[in-house]
Amino acid sequence: MSRLAAFGRFWWEFVIGDDWLVAVLVAAAIGATAAFAHSGMAAWWLLPLAVLLVLWLSLRRAIRST
Amino acid sequence: MVEALTIVLAAGLARGWRSALTGLGAATLVLAVVVAALGPALTAIPLNALRLVVGALLLTFGLQWLRKAILRASGYKALHDEDALFAQELAEAEGAARVERAGLDWYGFTLAFKGVLLEGLEVVFIVLTFGSAQGSISLAAAGAAGALVLVAVVGVAVRAPLARVPENTLKFAVGVMLTTFGIFWSAEGAGAHWPGNDASILGVLGFVVLTAVALVRLLRHERRSVLQAAEV
Repeated sequence: MSRLAAFGRFWWEFVIGDDWLVAVLVAAAIGATAAFAHSGMAAWWLLPLAVLLVLWLSLRRAIRST
Repeated sequence: MVEALTIVLAAGLARGWRSALTGLGAATLVLAVVVAALGPALTAIPLNALRLVVGALLLTFGLQWLRKAILRASGYKALHDEDALFAQELAEAEGAARVERAGLDWYGFTLAFKGVLLEGLEVVFIVLTFGSAQGSISLAAAGAAGALVLVAVVGVAVRAPLARVPENTLKFAVGVMLTTFGIFWSAEGAGAHWPGNDASILGVLGFVVLTAVALVRLLRHERRSVLQAAEV
């Protein structure tokens, strides 16, 4: 069980890293891009904007915790 | 790669080069097997699905690198001190008890093996994702292997940690590239069309660089103001 937990922890740290909010917001932004694109609207601008927001929020969280 | 080299150098100097280099060789072999096994499997997946998953992973990964690089560049996080890491690894390696297995010093072997494997997995991940999304894993793997050889040759030549390498600048650049390709591929995979097609990568790159540089400047300014207010 502890090996399974260690394996899970390794992948969590590898992919999600220090701030889980980044992964959640990236997933939400990609979902919104897909929804926009499939309804026929221009969707290319959404992810760059999301990156700006995600970086800002994540940096503020990191600074608050120092 | 620089961290892995630091660990191998500490293991080699403290526990003997035979064990450290065997550990390095074994980890490199495992990493090569991972690339050889996963590479062909990835090319069988439909390109748009692959770009969506790869883009999402690259974006998450790139934002982590960029976030840390921005925090370091703005002074909120200490710069990686390779000399301190080397001294710490060396002291720990010198203090550990000697256990011989298969004619090797087991501590030196496992230290080098684990260090290279864990650091190398990050590189393998980037090589596989970049290579599969562009349809050329062998080209991406050749680029990574070239960088590995360069770091190893410099490390062996100086027999010391690469403290003069501007590590945060390199990580900043890697974070920018991963984020740029992550944005581009995940948007394409989700069904969005970029104005100007592939040429828009340059526009995305410019946007990411400007955003990161602006955030560094903003946070530096903010930190200076807080420190000045605390002094008064």
